[in-house]
Amino acid sequence: MDKASYIIGRLLQMIPTVFAITVLVFLMVHLIPGDPATIMLGLKATPEKIEMLTQHLGLDKPLVVQFGIFLRNLARGDMGDSLVSRMPVFELLKRRLPLTLFLAGYAATLAILMAVPLALISALKRDSLIDQTIRAITVAFLSTPSFWVGILLLIVLGVKIPLFPVGGIGENFSQRLYYLFLPALTMALHLASILTRNLRDGIIATLASEHVVFARTKGLNERLVLLKHVIRNAIVSTLTLLGVYMSWLVGGSVIIETVFALPGVGWTMVQAITGRDYPVVQALTLTFGILVSVVYLLTDIVYSFLDPRVTL
Amino acid sequence: MATITQTQKRVGIARPDLQGLVRLSRRNPALIIGIVMVTLIFLLAIFGPALAPYDPIETNYSAALQPPNADHWLGTDKFGRDIFSRILYATRVNLKIGVICVTFPFMFGVIAGCISGYYGGLVDTLLMRLVDISVAFPFYVLVISILAILGPGVRNMYIALSIVGWIAYAKLVRGEVLIAKNLEYVLAAKALGYSDLRIMASHLLPNIINSAIVFAMSDVVLCILAGSSLGFLGLGVQAPTPEWGVMIADGREYITSAPWLSFFPGLAIAIVGVSFSLLGDGLSSFLRPTDR
Repeated sequence: MDKASYIIGRLLQMIPTVFAITVLVFLMVHLIPGDPATIMLGLKATPEKIEMLTQHLGLDKPLVVQFGIFLRNLARGDMGDSLVSRMPVFELLKRRLPLTLFLAGYAATLAILMAVPLALISALKRDSLIDQTIRAITVAFLSTPSFWVGILLLIVLGVKIPLFPVGGIGENFSQRLYYLFLPALTMALHLASILTRNLRDGIIATLASEHVVFARTKGLNERLVLLKHVIRNAIVSTLTLLGVYMSWLVGGSVIIETVFALPGVGWTMVQAITGRDYPVVQALTLTFGILVSVVYLLTDIVYSFLDPRVTL
Repeated sequence: MATITQTQKRVGIARPDLQGLVRLSRRNPALIIGIVMVTLIFLLAIFGPALAPYDPIETNYSAALQPPNADHWLGTDKFGRDIFSRILYATRVNLKIGVICVTFPFMFGVIAGCISGYYGGLVDTLLMRLVDISVAFPFYVLVISILAILGPGVRNMYIALSIVGWIAYAKLVRGEVLIAKNLEYVLAAKALGYSDLRIMASHLLPNIINSAIVFAMSDVVLCILAGSSLGFLGLGVQAPTPEWGVMIADGREYITSAPWLSFFPGLAIAIVGVSFSLLGDGLSSFLRPTDR
């Protein structure tokens, strides 16, 4: 099977998933126990207001009609207005999503920079003290809540030794790198731990595999073997793993952005839930779902180029 | 014969005696340390309230925001509540989240995965579609979306974590059943005319359950972390109930003046997390020695 048909097939596979996500997100409001309009209004609910909101959201129409309207609006990029700020949700998303994506990319970069050398050392010095130490540290980070690690970093590197700012997001690219360093590091430490553990096992398997053993018996320079056979493989598998964990990274923004008070989509989602701002919650859930599906798609496509054995 | 040895190998039967225990602790220190730590944590959860020197909720403004000292080992919060006592009480709350949010998904997921893998067909297709949809959402996004529908709170948090949690077990067990159902011992049981229920319960399950148990150990860590994260976000356990995540959130406004408020509850989560991780790693090499 050639690449084009693989990609088309993979795209077609995505359609039912995205459709199901859309249906679920649409149904969210209807799954609320009790009358959605009353719950959205909370303490401010009066019979007139409930009536108005019900009409405004079209909740009095048949479900199928509502779903049709929902899809039509979605196609126009209209996801409704925030019940709290009255701002169109799409506008809100346009403002807040870039920060979250920037943070995820930043964290992923930091994580790779940490994980590849650590995994390499760990695998090459298997079962040595340094390997044991690295593995212990990864277990510790995987078992520790990232919001706590974030707060510790804030206390140590923001307050006690004020190397990094404790608030704000910066104006331009280089400032943003500086301002977002602590949140990105917090996410990266957790991700790097996952990557290091997986990569270490991967490298150990590669080192024992026939082609590496053969290259060595051939008398190839040890450094060349590492560079050409081991590290290349390691980087390919890191990228694939990263695709899988990108979902985790984007989801983690919900917590990290709250810790560091960053106005990204994660923070917005938590605010929207506490404020019962359902149009915003719906739009963000949909965005997260589609974002992750696209990342999986891209990972699969990239991987199919790297590993010719992959088929649907 | 071949079937029996194969079965034994898969189950990884070990008969520990005293000598064996010493050898085991040398070969698998993670398992022993994990068991000891987790036992201690459970004991603390049971007896913690009896050991706590102060009431975890009663306020005492004259003792507010004290740093760790002889009376208050880990200091006090803005209401003058003893942090040490609150952490002890919270052990029970947080452990309960871990246990509940693993037990129900484990049972339901294992049964669903078993049926789905064994029979295939429509049930299996439905399960796989559910898996597809659930992996499309980041874990926390899915959980808090469900909480957005149900409303924040402890009970709803249990429900949300369970709704999301069972799918991983079902997926895992289904995969194992797909392989195992064509192995000789299952085919033999079928040939003997055993009922499907009997084959699943007494032949398949004992052979595949280990993977689910190993996964459950890492899932406990995940659930405890998730429970405290939701408490931290204000979507799970609600104040004034002592819960580690809620305590960390309470301390956030004082990170410059009273860093102990957030530090100690986080340390408690880290200790519990590491203990369960060690137990999980240890169990994994104990139950599935062929993996490594």
